[in-house]
Amino acid sequence: MAGSTEVRDEAQMIAKILAGDSQLFHELIRPYERRVYAMALSFLHNEADAEDAAQEAFLKAFRNLSSFRGEAKFGTWLVSITLNEARSRIRRRDSIKMESLDEPPDDQGYTSPALLRDWKEIPSEALERKEIRLLLQSAITALPLIYREVFQLRDIEQLSVNEAAAALGISIAAVKVRLHRARMMLQKKLAPELKQVAPKRRWWAWS
Amino acid sequence: MVIECKHVWAHISGYLDATLPPDVLEQVQKHLEHCEICSAILDSTRNILILTADERVFELPLGFSERLHARLQEEIRGLEPERRE
Repeated sequence: MAGSTEVRDEAQMIAKILAGDSQLFHELIRPYERRVYAMALSFLHNEADAEDAAQEAFLKAFRNLSSFRGEAKFGTWLVSITLNEARSRIRRRDSIKMESLDEPPDDQGYTSPALLRDWKEIPSEALERKEIRLLLQSAITALPLIYREVFQLRDIEQLSVNEAAAALGISIAAVKVRLHRARMMLQKKLAPELKQVAPKRRWWAWS
Repeated sequence: MVIECKHVWAHISGYLDATLPPDVLEQVQKHLEHCEICSAILDSTRNILILTADERVFELPLGFSERLHARLQEEIRGLEPERRE
């Protein structure tokens, strides 16, 4: 599965779709399903809304495919569509209870990390445990929106600083500052929690 | 030049992204060599970033793909994308 993406020529697929081979759109988006859903979920906090927003983002991408310029990667373009979709849903949903898209007032506020004397690496296999996945999920989704979106684009979607800045319409400096805060907030919350749930014993109880 | 822990914390993100200017990088590295607290903060942050980037963290719900493609299929039947010149 991983190998098949390497030979994909997305520009050519898009050209074919625009020339009338619409069915090819199914193939074009397959590698991005998880990414778009994960983004939507981290913004919207519940699975049903996230699924609906993800579907809508893919539909919008299909409808607007002719306006895709090919300057960015298709994946990046899709990310910005998803981001817009998620943001507009948040605005609609929270127009009563308000989740601000602006910098919180305590902007110069300093996030100090969780202090530890030592750190024992948590291996990726730990993610087989639902408990650990939920810890991570809830820490990410609990970040204030302006930090969450930067974190999502940079550290989860692996967009470059420039791409993230363009997608969010903020400066490169702001991306760096917000990303740093997001990472420190996650460290502060997660390091103590993970330390507690990661067993000292050598065996893992997931089998 | 010796820097304090607090200053190192401000550079953790830049350190992980390898974007620190050489002089700052050197100061941070020197500090990390002897400060176990900052080293643990750095290690834990790096570890947490690896874990959160793992695609298993956000799993697709069962049937997500099928429902998505069914909805797309409806759309495709009803509407072709605007064609480019």
